[in-house]
Amino acid sequence: MEYNTIGKPQPIISSVDKVTGRAHYTDDLRVHNPLHVKILRSPHASAKIISIATEKAMALSGVKLILTGADFKNTFGVLPISKDESALAKTVVRYIGEPVAAVAAESAAIAEKALKYIDVTYECLTPVIDMRKALDKTENSIHPELKKTTNLHKAVEQNFGDLDTGFKEAEQIVDEFFTFDAVTHAFTEPHATQVVLDGEGNITVYSATQVPYYLHKALAEVLEIPMHRLRVIKPHLGGGFGGKSDPFPHEMIAVKCALSTGRNIRLVFSREEVFYSHHGRHPSRINMKLGYHPKKGITALKGDMLIDGGAYASFGVVTSYYNGVLLQGPYELKNFGFHCDRVYTNKPVCGAMRGHGGVNPRFATEVALDIALTKAKIDPGYGRLDMILKPHSLTPGQFRITSSGLKQGLEKALQSSEWKRKYGKLPYGKGIGVACGFFISGSALPIHWTQMPQSTVRLTIDFDGGVTLYSGASDIGQGSDTMLAQMAAEVLGLPMKMIKVISADTRLTPIDYGSYSSRVTFMAGNAARNAAISIRKQLVEAACEILEIPPPIYASPAIPDSSFDLGGREPDFGNPYLGPNPKYHSDGFTFKDQLITTKQGNKSLNYLDVVRKAMDFQGALQAKGVYLSPKLGGDFKGAGAGLSPSYSFTTFVSEVSVDTETGFIKVDKVTCAHDCGFPLNPLSVQGQLEGSIHMGLGQALMEKMNYSRDGVLQNANFLDYKIPSAFEQPEINIVALESSENEGPFGAKEVGEGALAPLSPSVANALYDAVGIRLTSLPMTPDKVLKAMQQLKEG
Amino acid sequence: MQEQSVRLLTLKINGQNFSKAVSPGMTLLEFIREEINLTGTKKGCDLGECGVCTVLADGNAILSCITLALECENMEITTIEGLAQGYELHPLQKSFVEKGALQCGYCTPGMIMGAVALLNKNPEPSEDQIKECLSGTICRCTGYTKIVEAVQDAAAHMKK
Repeated sequence: MEYNTIGKPQPIISSVDKVTGRAHYTDDLRVHNPLHVKILRSPHASAKIISIATEKAMALSGVKLILTGADFKNTFGVLPISKDESALAKTVVRYIGEPVAAVAAESAAIAEKALKYIDVTYECLTPVIDMRKALDKTENSIHPELKKTTNLHKAVEQNFGDLDTGFKEAEQIVDEFFTFDAVTHAFTEPHATQVVLDGEGNITVYSATQVPYYLHKALAEVLEIPMHRLRVIKPHLGGGFGGKSDPFPHEMIAVKCALSTGRNIRLVFSREEVFYSHHGRHPSRINMKLGYHPKKGITALKGDMLIDGGAYASFGVVTSYYNGVLLQGPYELKNFGFHCDRVYTNKPVCGAMRGHGGVNPRFATEVALDIALTKAKIDPGYGRLDMILKPHSLTPGQFRITSSGLKQGLEKALQSSEWKRKYGKLPYGKGIGVACGFFISGSALPIHWTQMPQSTVRLTIDFDGGVTLYSGASDIGQGSDTMLAQMAAEVLGLPMKMIKVISADTRLTPIDYGSYSSRVTFMAGNAARNAAISIRKQLVEAACEILEIPPPIYASPAIPDSSFDLGGREPDFGNPYLGPNPKYHSDGFTFKDQLITTKQGNKSLNYLDVVRKAMDFQGALQAKGVYLSPKLGGDFKGAGAGLSPSYSFTTFVSEVSVDTETGFIKVDKVTCAHDCGFPLNPLSVQGQLEGSIHMGLGQALMEKMNYSRDGVLQNANFLDYKIPSAFEQPEINIVALESSENEGPFGAKEVGEGALAPLSPSVANALYDAVGIRLTSLPMTPDKVLKAMQQLKEG
Repeated sequence: MQEQSVRLLTLKINGQNFSKAVSPGMTLLEFIREEINLTGTKKGCDLGECGVCTVLADGNAILSCITLALECENMEITTIEGLAQGYELHPLQKSFVEKGALQCGYCTPGMIMGAVALLNKNPEPSEDQIKECLSGTICRCTGYTKIVEAVQDAAAHMKK
């Protein structure tokens, strides 16, 4: 199939603005005469607030408003089932860095100064820092409102098949314990929010958010503002990775300050505040028991996880489930179970981070599998091949696997990395290792339960022929605006420059759940494609009118019974939901290079002439497209977690050098095969893979939030929180891999998140090949390497 | 905070003189972003750790968040806004766009300014020299792979 725009490298559409400094991020906006807001944060991990005296601070010239917890009646949280957070602490503080009071003043310097004049009297309590202690019985739980006798937030469990029988069938049983430190997103743009009021009482909120729609809803609820008075806009966003997807206290504070003072508001975080705001990956303690049989593959898999949620719920219930359910692939599995406890501790909140919930258990499983394979004397690379889930299959928890290119990808990666020549044969200190993984292309079930389509996209074409595409999806740097423009450009045969994308503005753009769970390409992409097909139909009708030929007759498809048969439907033009990936070429025309040409007879019309003709009938053209996931999944507790219309698959082969004197691991080369279906924009696909490798490498080798026993985050800055630099980035060999996903837009699936998880286990497995040690703890810092080498030596 | 004496400072930024009343503690970054509203230069940490605020002072790459504005009197400051000639992008800007060396773009101005300083001094840098230059700036999106390629590509174009 010859495509116009997709499948070819496209620089992202805002890239010239970004290289010239023209791109405006939230704090770059210059709103009229704003008050500046600064936040006073708790110095204690756990304390009662006895009193807050604000008089001295209020008396400073230029201070306009001071807010405390008493000013906020309603709590919030990203999940409707766990709204446990107040914008400012009310009676207790639960972590160091928790917002306690906020000052709005004429300048940032005055607001900062005023913070020092606020007297807060605390009565310190004993904090719970170690997640294991959070399961102890206590009369002073961190969240007494839950009326629990421990600090357990959520326990989830699922079991499928028969684990006992599975372990009995096994030839090798690996039972290993793993630990993981906290890591954070470390996006370069600090959180920022600006608020602009108008004379009609409308409130426009500019915020660095991945999900304008959730923020809009949360602001309305917390501050009791009618939703129609609000408008949330995401300007350019300097990185999210999950860390800007919750509605945040500072966003509530900024809007409250605007409402209380009648002034515009500017609020921006320091880097230290970004670290306290966190919402990153949960520190975890995972026991993984895996049964393996050379002929049967994984006969049983049982995970027991304890994850440290920090002080509040955030996405925690979802994270807890993802810790387990994302183990159902990418291997065939019948007997599978997990139990995950998420606990509250007196530390900054953990939430969603790239690869949400699936990253740490993936490490545990891939290392355990590697141990089993090597014990059974099976090649851990080629041995994995026979175990991979086949396309068109169901996992134990009834995930519907549609397309999968993993088997082909792993074969290619092993060949391309010369695995056979290297594995077990490299000199001491050098090693090669492999790991695989899979991930969702968006959650089939929205967080806020509704039957509404997951994405809606609106398209207009006006007198100038330019196409405007409106989508609520947030471009957070991943290039989603570019992907959306590609959908319209492809269907309409127009250059990318004729498509203007307006996105992430709750006044202008139709509802979309935003950018998380790797959902945008699949869901908003399908919606954009459907909208473009609808508007193409209007142009085809006008073209037929000009050519005086009858309009095409479109097939009306029957709705298939089986969820496996949903792919490749013909469009149903009466419905904005055209079915998954409908084919539109049967309309008898070719749209290319601004020409609309009949397939028979080759009569060509100029695109603009056809637009004019179409407008004769109806004025400006508009169309809507939506995406609605097919009904999926089983009927049991937690069945909705991890359901996705489609899954991506990844494999990494990593090659490492270990300095046996210092214990320092260098990852020399990573060979990567990622099945994202059809790569719509190869440049962005590569960029996402390279970025995932960078972030995975950080967690594998160096990144760690260092908490003292009192709950002090000791490395809340970029000098002490180590992130891989250009020197650490390995040579990357991306193996070309295409599968076609019948239900994805032009066959595409996700690429942004799935490729992170298998990186760290591939490095750990390479470390074993290099020096014979198994590390079961991330990050794999030199001290751990040396200690394990010493232990190996001592036997 | 002590009340600070304010004085008039003239800085030459992108070839143009700007005179503003500044306090001794004002950083060059504050002068650029808040006084003259050139927001292309970003603030990522305000502690000299992340590099996104990198600008040129007499051709040298400096961290504007830990440089006092007063120190820059009589210097030629260049920010990301001063790089392109009208619509004609600097070769580094062009290469960053074409090679996909940016995603969220927040580190991009700092990355590019650092690379400009490198290529001006060393038109044929080795890969390690490029990496050393880039290691002063954090990019969390790209993994640096395409940024290294873009700098190599720009160096090749600038040689022609």
